[in-house]
Amino acid sequence: MKSNTRDIGDTRIIELGGKITIGTGDVKIRELIAQALEADQQNILFDLGGVTAIDSSGIGEMVACYTTVTKRGGQLKLMHLSPKINDILQVTQLITVFEVFDDEREALGSF
Amino acid sequence: MNTNAKLQANLVLASRFENIEVAERALMDLCHQAGCAEDEEYWLVTALREAVANAVRHGNQRDPARLVRIAYLIDNATVTIRVEDEGEGFDPAAIPDPTDPENLLRPSGRGIFYMRQFMNRVEFSPTAAGGPAVVMVRDVASNDNDRQGS
Repeated sequence: MKSNTRDIGDTRIIELGGKITIGTGDVKIRELIAQALEADQQNILFDLGGVTAIDSSGIGEMVACYTTVTKRGGQLKLMHLSPKINDILQVTQLITVFEVFDDEREALGSF
Repeated sequence: MNTNAKLQANLVLASRFENIEVAERALMDLCHQAGCAEDEEYWLVTALREAVANAVRHGNQRDPARLVRIAYLIDNATVTIRVEDEGEGFDPAAIPDPTDPENLLRPSGRGIFYMRQFMNRVEFSPTAAGGPAVVMVRDVASNDNDRQGS
């Protein structure tokens, strides 16, 4: 899994690419969230535009990250979901948990 | 989809997460040979990864000395995948529904749900030796135009 982070104001955008799957990607996103919180960035925007697959461990880790950030008083939101990643969020009903955006400016304005 | 295709393969893997990629590659090769539509292949791979991950983590407790056995069969537009491990087995009925609102924020417990969502049939049945196994079946749609270049 690939990642790139950039901060815009008080929001950290974490761009993810490749597979968020057991043993690698799931651990990596946990580390990325820990780094953001250590840097006192509590608003997180996951850009999933480059993500090709998320298995149940990856989606579970995203849920765990959501809980961690929310407990710290922050927000975790998603943008640029591919149709298949959107399908996975729909069937798992996690689409009701995460706020999802297609447009970065709109996403940043929502925090 | 070449509905006359009958393709099969068997794999025996050590219980390591990185071997999920090996299992995925074998399935993709078979799907390519059979001319499966790309969407079909994607969901087959998604379900396979869950079954193998469960076998490695829960069944074999990530012990590399314990093996995961996978049998693939593509026959008349039906894909059947059997995954066996060397663990103690479990009761799938005891797994809570991950889409129940009270379970939505649980970080685990979605693997079998994934398998059931993306395959037509999923059955947990013991091997002849009594070990745990899951058999997953998906009837793949015929779509010769879906895959570019094949």
